[in-house]
Amino acid sequence: MEPAFVDITQGRIDTERLIAAVTRPSAGGTAVFIGTTRNPSDGREVSHLVYEAYEPMALGRMSAIAAEAGARWPLIAACLVHRVGRVEPGEASVVVAVSAAHRGAAFEACRFLIDALKKDVPIWKKEVFADGERWGGP
Amino acid sequence: MNAVKVLVFGRVREIVAAGSVELPVPAGTTAGSILDTLAARHPELLPWRPHLRVAVNREYARDDAPVAPGDEVAVIPPVSGG
Repeated sequence: MEPAFVDITQGRIDTERLIAAVTRPSAGGTAVFIGTTRNPSDGREVSHLVYEAYEPMALGRMSAIAAEAGARWPLIAACLVHRVGRVEPGEASVVVAVSAAHRGAAFEACRFLIDALKKDVPIWKKEVFADGERWGGP
Repeated sequence: MNAVKVLVFGRVREIVAAGSVELPVPAGTTAGSILDTLAARHPELLPWRPHLRVAVNREYARDDAPVAPGDEVAVIPPVSGG
């Protein structure tokens, strides 16, 4: 696999552009995961979310898990982008896009990448409610 | 005095009320002793102590990993990206 594109961005994630970035003539398919802000959360009305990252380490971990996926599956290209700052309900906070010659590898690697990102990458979410706030946890 | 700048994030950053804190690094300082020192200064962190990880030079470190002046140290509360 070519080196993955990883990014942490303040602004809206352009999903179309990321899909285009991993699309290749040799790819039979592209699997995409879009994580969006959930509302309500545990029955509480969410005003918005705020994400923060330890950026240099987060980018390093994102590149490392992408390289691991590239070693486990025959991928063609991959990208992982996470948003930081304020995110409104319904907006994308994270996008993973993976292309491969065949769909099985693309689906499996995409699932692996979002699971590994949630477990390993130093990014934190705070949910802000009308009546309080809560940091995400394990 | 030898010291390291310890980066803090998320709920830990709010409790410490700063984005980083300078801590002394006497001989024998480890990732775990950094957490103990920080929790002693900020007792609100004590319930978090079992859930905190430390990164040294942008890699997750075991509690017994040595920390030396000049290292980049960060306290990593439970991650919640996605």
